[in-house]
Amino acid sequence: MIKVKNLEKKYFIGTPNELHVLNNINLQIEDGEFVALVGASGSGKSTFMNIVGALDTPTSGEYMLDNQSVHKMTQNELSDIRGKKIGFVFQSFNLIARSNSLKNVELPMLYTGVSGRERSRRARALLELVGMEDRMHHLPNELSGGQKQRVAIARSLANDPSIVLADEPTGALDTKTGKMVMDIFLQVHREKKKTIILITHSLELAEMTQRIITISDGSIVSDVPVFHSLRTEETRC
Amino acid sequence: MFYMENIRLAFESLRANKMRALLTMLGIIIGIASVIGIISVGNSLSLSITSEMKNIGTNNILLRVREKSIDNSSFRGPVGNGRDPMSMLSGKVSAEDKDLMTLDMLSTFTELYKSQVDSIGISESDGSGQVKAGRLYANVSISGVNPGYVRVNNLAMISGRFINDRDMSGRKKVCIVSDRLVKNIFKANINPVGQEVRLYKSGAIQTYSIAGVYKHTDSPMFMSASTTSEKDTQTAFYIPITVEKLDKTIKNFSTVTVMSNTGIDTGKLTKDIERFFEKYYKSNPKWEVSAINMSSQIEIASKMLSTVSTAIAVIAAISLLVGGIGVMNIMLVSVTERTREIGTRKALGAKNFHIRMQFISEAMIISLIGGVIGLFTGLLLGVTGSSLLGTAASFSLPTIFLTIAFSMAIGIFFGYYPANKAAKLDPIDALRYE
Repeated sequence: MIKVKNLEKKYFIGTPNELHVLNNINLQIEDGEFVALVGASGSGKSTFMNIVGALDTPTSGEYMLDNQSVHKMTQNELSDIRGKKIGFVFQSFNLIARSNSLKNVELPMLYTGVSGRERSRRARALLELVGMEDRMHHLPNELSGGQKQRVAIARSLANDPSIVLADEPTGALDTKTGKMVMDIFLQVHREKKKTIILITHSLELAEMTQRIITISDGSIVSDVPVFHSLRTEETRC
Repeated sequence: MFYMENIRLAFESLRANKMRALLTMLGIIIGIASVIGIISVGNSLSLSITSEMKNIGTNNILLRVREKSIDNSSFRGPVGNGRDPMSMLSGKVSAEDKDLMTLDMLSTFTELYKSQVDSIGISESDGSGQVKAGRLYANVSISGVNPGYVRVNNLAMISGRFINDRDMSGRKKVCIVSDRLVKNIFKANINPVGQEVRLYKSGAIQTYSIAGVYKHTDSPMFMSASTTSEKDTQTAFYIPITVEKLDKTIKNFSTVTVMSNTGIDTGKLTKDIERFFEKYYKSNPKWEVSAINMSSQIEIASKMLSTVSTAIAVIAAISLLVGGIGVMNIMLVSVTERTREIGTRKALGAKNFHIRMQFISEAMIISLIGGVIGLFTGLLLGVTGSSLLGTAASFSLPTIFLTIAFSMAIGIFFGYYPANKAAKLDPIDALRYE
């Protein structure tokens, strides 16, 4: 469960010009929720994602993840949180170019000390989940964009995190492939019961989630649930 | 497990940039190869010099009559009087007979230091000649020696005996010849001992009877320098020194070798000898006897050689430094190139430690591979160099291990800064890097 209280992020670019990127954010996301985060470029949604993803720390305020005070953590503890609790999916995939799909999926487990055999077993299962079992030994440059993103999704699930953070995962893909990737997120949400936070520009994709949070100028301007059970059924078919 | 994975990653990234990795390694290869090559050539050189000098004998003390230096405080080199070392080596002392050491002096000395002295060797070179038997011949260098010479010079007798006191006092025309001479002149089934040979020397012919045969050993150092065939090689032809002195105006000796008993402090004995001869030479205005300790000579020679080879190796090590800087340079490039990858790894849970280890491993693998290739290249250089110098190649296992450890250390040392730079990257900045 994500609990954010009075979260602020400022950049000091010399007094008196403090740059307020995030202002007084209060938010709670329950386990298993599928949330879309929308907002214009420069609205602060990426900064917010970085803080939720334990890549960045807030200037003030609290961020509790599964009752752990992430805002008080040291660099090493943040690394631990990233490795164990959070799975990242990036717009530009960020697969390791020299490693094949299997090794890419194994990577996060390397940093949490999972044994070699277990790494391989879990990576295979996850690649199967995203339908990439026949591309296990391919290098990223031998894969299409959609395939790369599927490997990236498998990788984000490697350490069985509680949250998957996806920063415009379909941004670099055409609409059709984007839909396919989105379907995988829905499947992961359904089967793995993960909390998924999806940053997107596409309202269409946002409406496939359960809740849409809109950020503008560093503040949450709207936070609405989506009633779309029919729509998800549609895309699945 | 994590370390194994790092090694695998390192190889993966080297494979991705083969040419670059090879060029980077080249610096290390050249550095290590030259250091190893120089050290092994230096080693084998000093080994052969030491063994050569050991043949002369570590217990030996060399006595020479030399000119008193006018200024006593002037530099005295290890060779002797610090003036012209060549004149000392060739033993050309133009002193008169009265200035030289007499048999009397030597026997008094032996009597006095009986417990410490094993034997005294005297030899006077009498030029070279040819021993002929029919159409067969052998080249020889003639030396007049005393009975103690055999022990002092560690000659190995194969058959017969060496020159003895009776030969000396009776001025008998006997000789001790080398096995090589025997091989050149006699048929295999003839026992050379007791045979007579004719010695041709500057037009004169003398007949000697062979009393014994010694085993000739080539000195490996100087053999390569001589161009004569094995058949024509000069071997020593020993005759009693009393016989050699018969037709000479100078009857006394300018050089004498004293062999001390084992376990004797040769340094102290050397001083005692000088003090002993001082008595005789106190009133001599021009000449004195100097004593040189062979073991200290060996030490000085091998120390000098190892100093020289270490100095050259240090110079060669500069190329290692350059190689190390090359590794550092390429690692910095690699870190910059892989900024996004580093960001990704950090986002996926890699700690600074993991990133640092990954890059240090890579630098270490580069320099380790370079080091191993360089090691073998260097050994090859050492073998080639040693054989060119005519010495046996010598390698020390510690040097090899040290090299491998050292090349790993280079990797760690020069890899640390780039690796640390990578480890300290901010994950957000790194992920945003284009």
